[in-house]
Amino acid sequence: MAQDLLKAEHLAASVEDAEILRDVSLRIGRGETHVIMGPNGAGKSTLAGVLMGNPAYTVTGGSALWEGEDLLAMSPSERAKKGLFLSFQNPVEVPGISLENFVRSALSQKTGKPVRIWSFRKEVKAALETLDMDESYAERDLNVGFSGGEKKKAEILQLLLLKPALAILDETDSGLDVDAVRTVSKGIEAFQADKSASLLIITHNAAILSALKVDAVHILAGGKIVAEGGPELIEKITKEGFAAYEEDTQ
Amino acid sequence: MKENKTYVEEGDRSFYDFRYDDKDSYKVASGLTPDIIRQISREKKDPDWMLEFRLRSLDIFTKIAMPDWGPSIEGLNMDNIVTYVRPNTERMHTDWNDVPEDIKNTFERLGIPQSERESLAGVGAQYDSELVYHNVRKEVAEQGVIYTDIESALRGEYADMIRSHFMKLVPPEDHKFAALHGAVWSGGSFVYVPPGADVEIPLQSYFRLNAPGAGQFEHTLIIVDKGARLHFIEGCSAPKYNVANLHAGCVELFVGENATLRYSTIENWSKNMYNLNTKRAKVEKGGKIEWVSGSFGSHVSYLYPMSILAGKGARCEFTGVTFAGAGQNLDTGCKVVHNAPETSSYVNTRSISKSGGISTFRSAVVVGSKAHGSKSSVSCESLMLDSESRSDTIPAMDIRTNKADVGHEAKIGRISDEAVFYLMSRGLSEEEAKALIVSGFAENVSKELPLEYAVEMNNLIRIEMKGAIG
Repeated sequence: MAQDLLKAEHLAASVEDAEILRDVSLRIGRGETHVIMGPNGAGKSTLAGVLMGNPAYTVTGGSALWEGEDLLAMSPSERAKKGLFLSFQNPVEVPGISLENFVRSALSQKTGKPVRIWSFRKEVKAALETLDMDESYAERDLNVGFSGGEKKKAEILQLLLLKPALAILDETDSGLDVDAVRTVSKGIEAFQADKSASLLIITHNAAILSALKVDAVHILAGGKIVAEGGPELIEKITKEGFAAYEEDTQ
Repeated sequence: MKENKTYVEEGDRSFYDFRYDDKDSYKVASGLTPDIIRQISREKKDPDWMLEFRLRSLDIFTKIAMPDWGPSIEGLNMDNIVTYVRPNTERMHTDWNDVPEDIKNTFERLGIPQSERESLAGVGAQYDSELVYHNVRKEVAEQGVIYTDIESALRGEYADMIRSHFMKLVPPEDHKFAALHGAVWSGGSFVYVPPGADVEIPLQSYFRLNAPGAGQFEHTLIIVDKGARLHFIEGCSAPKYNVANLHAGCVELFVGENATLRYSTIENWSKNMYNLNTKRAKVEKGGKIEWVSGSFGSHVSYLYPMSILAGKGARCEFTGVTFAGAGQNLDTGCKVVHNAPETSSYVNTRSISKSGGISTFRSAVVVGSKAHGSKSSVSCESLMLDSESRSDTIPAMDIRTNKADVGHEAKIGRISDEAVFYLMSRGLSEEEAKALIVSGFAENVSKELPLEYAVEMNNLIRIEMKGAIG
């Protein structure tokens, strides 16, 4: 069997002494799409932050390996260079650099090579089109003055251009209207078109998943994985909600 | 424990720290006496009134006390300052090919000829104390614009104009270093823009110190006549030395009725420099002065460009950024005097401090009793990159009419961990992430600069941010 891309075992983490993640184990292989669902406060964003290396969280137990290497020992930029990506719930506004120039410099950091401007421009244009974004967004300062929906689209734009091996999408659908969810979903589909691309989609809403191929679903509640299964779990949650799982963790 | 005053730890500034052997044919003895002043004056072929002016200034200099209100300048030993270093070239050159090779190399590395080819209207680049290269493009001269070194202007057609303006805005009585400047000033630019002329391309000058212990006392005098428009850019970069260095230049700007002058500066003195520079503008009715100022280098700076809004409706905009790293104490800001009705001033500054650097924003807004209907808005933001650095804000206001609208806003913050994490998650190192955030913070200035200067400023930020981690 091929080696896992990401293998987390019994991960536990806290923020400011409050234990949020208690026991999370996950194995994600190349080309797989995993979904994490769970009620508010279950620890979903904490898991995303811990995997990307957000210094606000302290890992208190367990392990995470990236192709056999200790992921937790790497800085966030090393993780990015290995091929990990996180789409933020609240992307930060960074004045002074345009979205396009930022992605270009991130790409050249990642590959260690200069990016060829003309072919890159083309890719930017194509990605903007996929996401129904006006071309002017590429020239605008990174996330500055973007609406909530525009920020989310800009995250997916970066995903399409940076082409990571594994992308974690942290509630990319939250706060989006129906049309925007469809657009973002289109962007994610485009990413999935690469058969080796892996995804970890964190959401509490099934709408974004309807058009996507999903391999595994994990239910996170009270900081623990409380149930796992295939795409059929999504339907169950949509009908019944999380109440049953929340009781489990009491 | 006594601190070593002149030793300052440097990051990697090797790009800027190149220099050539000191081949100056002529140097005055250290220390200041009337005899030295006479020697300088003779050498410069000053008119008589200028010699008198220098001697009077020296007299004032010896009588005024050192400033006792700002950062310490105890490390500055006046006896060590060689006040006059003449570069190895006899006279001004209007053709680049005639400039001596080593001087040329220094400029080459600073990018002067390149930028000239691109967008320079004229170059008055100062090397040590003399202008060695000077060129005004044809189209600018055709507009009647005079751009020359101030020494030859003193003896030429514009002699009377110089005499009636020279150190009239900044008199030698102003403070000790203004007096010193009056006594030993050397080199600098004179610009006259005739009524109605609109100079589209910026005029630029590049100052640089190259002799150990040499002071720099250049004088800049700009007169923009009625309805005319000019952008003047002054850039500074100096190589590093272990002897305390002093810069006491003087900039006097006269902005006529309905005229506009933008004066941009990026200062990057080496980190042993005492930058005690005086800049002042007087703006007539309907005129406008725009200051764009970036202060990066020096060990100690006192820099507060002043605008005197003398005519009805005169305006001032001041946009500045100051970056104080290890061993730096940069006291910067501005002064605005509203002396006429319906004048306005808008001040927007950013200051950054890092690795124990001290950055102080000091401003003074005076609204006189005749300045009814005037407006002033002062806003300063500070960013401290670590807990050992300091940032202070000292805004003073003196309002003498109740018919004015005056506002002040100050913000102090630290770099956001969340922003650093966000950028790192895309593959940037911590250092690059922080440099990017700091560049964005300083964007109020960089977006006002021509592209090549904005790029240089962001490079400076990157250099300053190196070694910021750990």
